Amino acid sequence: MSLKIRHLLGLEGVSADDIALILDTAVSFKEVLSRTIPKVPTLRGVTVVNLFYEPSTRTRISFELAEKRLSADTINFSTSGSSVAKGESLKDTVWNIEAMKIDIVVIRHQAAGSPHYLAECCSSTIINAGDGAHEHPTQGLLDMYTIREKYGKIEGLKVVIIGDIKHSRVARSNIWGLLTMGADVSVCGPPTLLPVEMEKFGVKVFDDLDEALMGADVVNVLRIQKERQQGGLLPSLREYNRFYGITRERLKNLNENFTIMHPGPMNRGVEISSEVAEAPYSVILPQVTNGVAVRMAILYLLSARRGKVDEG
Amino acid sequence: MAKITAEKIMDEKSIRLALNRICHEIIERNGGSEDLVIIGIRTGGAFLAERIAGILAQIGKSEVPVGIIDITLYRDDIQDKLDQPLVQKTEIPFDIGDKIIVLVDDVLYTGRTVRAALDAIIDFGRPRAIQLAVLVDRGLRELPIKADFTGREVTTSPRERVEVHLKENVGFDDVIIDRSGRGGV
Repeated sequence: MSLKIRHLLGLEGVSADDIALILDTAVSFKEVLSRTIPKVPTLRGVTVVNLFYEPSTRTRISFELAEKRLSADTINFSTSGSSVAKGESLKDTVWNIEAMKIDIVVIRHQAAGSPHYLAECCSSTIINAGDGAHEHPTQGLLDMYTIREKYGKIEGLKVVIIGDIKHSRVARSNIWGLLTMGADVSVCGPPTLLPVEMEKFGVKVFDDLDEALMGADVVNVLRIQKERQQGGLLPSLREYNRFYGITRERLKNLNENFTIMHPGPMNRGVEISSEVAEAPYSVILPQVTNGVAVRMAILYLLSARRGKVDEG
Repeated sequence: MAKITAEKIMDEKSIRLALNRICHEIIERNGGSEDLVIIGIRTGGAFLAERIAGILAQIGKSEVPVGIIDITLYRDDIQDKLDQPLVQKTEIPFDIGDKIIVLVDDVLYTGRTVRAALDAIIDFGRPRAIQLAVLVDRGLRELPIKADFTGREVTTSPRERVEVHLKENVGFDDVIIDRSGRGGV
């Protein structure tokens, strides 16, 4: 059993078999995390570089923990205080790090497509930890893991993603992954924050929240990314909250045993109320816990392909 | 004339008798089944562990906890393998601290699997002792590891292959030595 993909650049085009293998393997790693000594020697001798060109708390800590729990050696790199500040290009930075014999690069970058570029010009295994407004595949996988953990399946569930779909890499990775795994996916947000022609991918599009939530099983609430808002798309946060904020009153038409998710960090009182965020039906902290297990599964599965010569 | 390449060295009855004897030896060695826990190594060892725990419960009139250990993450050849083994769950739903663990596997060969299992167990806590029970010991050790309880000892060469069939897996019980030259466990 091995993955077909050699890098994890996005969930677009990743097969259902590969996604299922990652989610199945993550179940075993979640058990590892519950042990007295939550660490296994599997990736001894493997060196992972965490290259973060954008701020991150959750994802960076989660990757670093996953690497350490697998006994890999980790190097953290952030742009402040590095030679990036002196004008070094992304390619040169990675070539120089690679010259010191590393195996896996985890990259977060503000430019969409930078992990794909690295995968072409470097020999290391590349894992995308978020590229601009494009994809955030490990978040998509941990969201699917959390859904599957609760319902035992993904196929046939109605999942609604709410918020700024246009600028959200979390939304894009969720949409690709969930569609591949057979979920019924809808998106909902202000028309100015919905990409045009979304329906072509097989996604239902709503601008009315109550309509979108009718009969849904899972509601994935996105963060309003103030840093990605160009002027004019969103009149005010107060108005957004009034039309699209998730409060208890909005949840009455959901299916029984519904679930609220949020990729964090939350803007309480904007896209989600504190009451909903802390209710028993919300799995926001379990998502974070599962993130470590899912990233361990990805690192383990991709590392096994390192020595393999590509066919052809 | 076709060359005979497979030899049956144990059948359903001899496997049953061997497991019964192993259980009596376990009781004798430990003065009862108190503080005993049985841990089987996936996959063959896990089925045998269930059987051993069942027999021990009959003899000792008390339940013996059973766990399953998956050693994939502790293998020393994980980076060399082209086809990656599937990581399965380890299920040890009890505290192993100060317990006597009987580790169960179907075939003892190089000893590398047992080495990996010992490392895995130590990550769960500090047992008082770990003892090793195997259905077949085929020799050819590469590490200083020895079984405490053995069903059957056979002399083999690395070119031969020992196959343990169990009801839980394939519907019948026997142990075969395949001499066609493929090697392996």
